[in-house]
Amino acid sequence: MTPSTPSPNASVLPEGWGMVIGLEVHCELATATKLFCCCPNHFGDQPNANTCPTCLGLPGSLPMLNEQAVELAMRLGRALNCDVKRSVFSRKNYFYPDQPKDYQVTQYDLPTNLGGHLDLPSGPRIGITRAHIEEDTGKLNHVGGGGRIHDAEHSLVDYNRSGVPLVEIVSEADMRSSEQAKEYANELRAILLATGVSDAKMEEGSMRVDANVSVHHLGEPWGTRCEIKNLNSVRSLGRAIDHEALRQIDLLTNGETVRQETRHWDEASGRTGTLRVKEDADDYRYFPEPDLVPLEPSAADIARIDAALPVLPGARRAALAEAAGVPATAGGVVMAVERGLDHLARAAIGGGADAGRVLTHVEHNLAVDGAETLSPERFGDLVKMETGGELTATQAKTVLAEMVATGGAPAEIAQARGFEALDSSALEGIIDGLIAAHGEEWEQFRSGDDKARGKLSGFFMGKVMQASSGQADGKAATALLRRKAGL
Amino acid sequence: MSALEIAAAVRGGERTARAVMEEHLSLIGAREAELHAFNLVTSEQALAAADAVDARVAAGDDPGPLAGVPIALKDNLCTTGIPTTCSSKILAGWKPPYDATVVERLTAAGAISVGKTNLDEFAMGSSTENSAFGPSKNPHDITKVPGGSSGGSAVAVAAGFAPLALGSDTGGSIRQPAALCGVVGVKPTYGRVSRYGLVAFASSLDQIGPFATTVADAAALYEVIAGHDPRDSTSIPEALPPVLPRLGDGVAGLRVGLVTELCQAEGIAPDVAARVAAAAEALSEAGAKVEEVSVPAVIYGLSAYYLIAPAEASSNLARYDGVRYGLRVDAPTTAEMYDRTRTAGFGPEVLRRIMLGTYALSAGYYDAYYGKAQKVRTLIIRDFQAAYERFDVLISPTAPTTAFALGAKADPLAMYLNDICTIPSNLAGHPAMSVPFGSGDDGLPVGVQIMANALDEVTMFQVAATLEGAMA
Ligand SMILES: [Zn+2]
Repeated sequence: MTPSTPSPNASVLPEGWGMVIGLEVHCELATATKLFCCCPNHFGDQPNANTCPTCLGLPGSLPMLNEQAVELAMRLGRALNCDVKRSVFSRKNYFYPDQPKDYQVTQYDLPTNLGGHLDLPSGPRIGITRAHIEEDTGKLNHVGGGGRIHDAEHSLVDYNRSGVPLVEIVSEADMRSSEQAKEYANELRAILLATGVSDAKMEEGSMRVDANVSVHHLGEPWGTRCEIKNLNSVRSLGRAIDHEALRQIDLLTNGETVRQETRHWDEASGRTGTLRVKEDADDYRYFPEPDLVPLEPSAADIARIDAALPVLPGARRAALAEAAGVPATAGGVVMAVERGLDHLARAAIGGGADAGRVLTHVEHNLAVDGAETLSPERFGDLVKMETGGELTATQAKTVLAEMVATGGAPAEIAQARGFEALDSSALEGIIDGLIAAHGEEWEQFRSGDDKARGKLSGFFMGKVMQASSGQADGKAATALLRRKAGL
Repeated sequence: MSALEIAAAVRGGERTARAVMEEHLSLIGAREAELHAFNLVTSEQALAAADAVDARVAAGDDPGPLAGVPIALKDNLCTTGIPTTCSSKILAGWKPPYDATVVERLTAAGAISVGKTNLDEFAMGSSTENSAFGPSKNPHDITKVPGGSSGGSAVAVAAGFAPLALGSDTGGSIRQPAALCGVVGVKPTYGRVSRYGLVAFASSLDQIGPFATTVADAAALYEVIAGHDPRDSTSIPEALPPVLPRLGDGVAGLRVGLVTELCQAEGIAPDVAARVAAAAEALSEAGAKVEEVSVPAVIYGLSAYYLIAPAEASSNLARYDGVRYGLRVDAPTTAEMYDRTRTAGFGPEVLRRIMLGTYALSAGYYDAYYGKAQKVRTLIIRDFQAAYERFDVLISPTAPTTAFALGAKADPLAMYLNDICTIPSNLAGHPAMSVPFGSGDDGLPVGVQIMANALDEVTMFQVAATLEGAMA
């Protein structure tokens, strides 16, 4: 796949350099049970509580494929515009204590999902090479020494995670900046959540991102890539990519070469360090898993999966952006979809509420539990009261919070709180009274320099709020003061 | 007494399961030291289980079609709380926390395990000499091998230690020892019997099956253990047609093919070939239409098998690494611990096959070895299909010779040639069985192999019953 037009936000790089990024994302599928047995797929239990002969790899045990995992993986594939095809499980053979069979059941040459794409909110289309199903490993706990496998006194293995279903989503090397990589990770996460495929929590490890990074002189072939692991947040992903690109450029400008290796991101020091150098290509001796049969989805299966797909975040952003008359990249639009409030926002806008105020509330005042239960009509009413001057922005925010908490109507809440808006004549009366009472200050406000005026504006506003018990609209009061001063 | 006779007597209250069990345990006591059929005899559990069966009969319950029948289990079948060793040092001390599906089904049918039988380590071998616990001996001549890898199970049935036994057959490991010990041995269609709880050797070839002294007993055991099991993804979902009611239907009008390539294969002894010819004649006399048939691709079976089976084994046996169970030889690093544990725990034949299989799967060699072997497998299936368009069953020798002397085949390749006639059915996934048909020049048993198309165990058993009848 040819990369889309590079839009290098490569400001962190020296002039003339570019970076090339591909991401490999592992996601735990949100199934009730593990991929090949009936043990619960549950995080945080006592070590080895969720195990059985199959996920412990005991002699004689066999895998039994979880249909829900297959369904979720195919759903993700379709959401990423992949071809969902006949697929075959393979064994990836290597010895490691966290892997009870000393091979991992994964998919190799015939993955479930092939050749899709994901459109970043900012525009570029990122190719999806594949998204395949595989089982997770257990977890090692190194006790004593430096806490690494090499110097620990002993190591303990927790197989609760062994056999948890994963999809590995491999992107094309289509990203050109850490910003794009972060956007990709966020958008993929949004799709995983929207489709119910994964809870995609980077902190808990249910979504794990590895980044392949290389640099090159713009217009010249790509350099040797390094893989960065241990990225526990989208923020780390961005920092690690920028750091790694600069490290590689440093090496190259000093006449050294970049070794192909796996590097470990250390969040505390903000650096990457060598984890292991890739000698020759690892030989995992893949071969088809004889204990499982191929997956053969029919056209009807795929049609059923497509029909059940929810509207995806990209389409939802586009719809809201159109309704609001703003770009799909607008903060309020992105937030609305991320928080599942786009239906609310569209309904309120559709009911005649001001789009700008609606999106502002969604972006800044509705990052709370229960926001999705708001009645669109009442939300629209609130915005109308605000734009009609009945409530100040501050009051509207307070009323909105109470609406989320109680489900009440904005007019009633405003009344109960005494948020009777001052009409403009009452405001004018207050201001006229203040001018009469503070003639000296008024003269200084009218004729003074900017500094003096700023100070006195604060003085008058304080008095206005005092006189109106805080119910005056600050903006309207400022405007009225300036008008009366002939400014 | 046959298994069916014992079950009838126990169910009818004419004999107690305890009396039956005591009788078999005393036979074991008398000859086991000489024959070494078992890695472990579980007398106490067997007697307790026999009492439980008797209690059910006394209470008016029916304990099942194999009520009170003693059965010997190959020691690669998982049994809850009872050591399962695969005749390997590497599984020292391991007691499975679960029963194999076949063991569950046997228990539900009222059968009682007498113990775990000896085998070539991890079922790799054709003489039971590769056991870490010493070889089993052929009850007909203790200077001879019983065959393998399910040698202990064949010995147990041939010596009368139990009327029934279970083995596993990856390349002939039920049929060849059955032939050498003069008993009936059956490898069902791949997927007919659940592999859940069978310690894997080569997953795409392994199949559990019965040993018995009579065809009817073998069929009765087959009916109990066969049938769909969701815990084995390769298990066949189709309903299981019963065999016993049709066992006496005869062979009139059946088309029987004598497989030229197998009858004339390298090393087939003239006395064995003569017995197969006699079997063909017996079937012909019973009304079957017998003709020679060529199944050309079977001559590549042995080569393909010795790539596919070790390749799968190299992966299946990786888990014996000292981390979780069985033997561990400690070392300063994890990698050295793996190395020392596996070197100390596996015998030479297992190590040889792991090396062979690892090599066959390696980058750059996969296509030439594993890939090509899978193509051969496809050719063998195709040639069998062509033959089954014209024939209902195919016959051949089971093994090239009668039982050979212990230590006679120190060269692994000479040993591998023993499976030349049995391997093709494993590669095709088809059912096949060995039925005793007289003896060779040395007076030792000869087995005739009956092969059938996938899922057609019924016809295969009918032909076996006819041959059994012809010998009576
Ligand atoms: Zn489990």
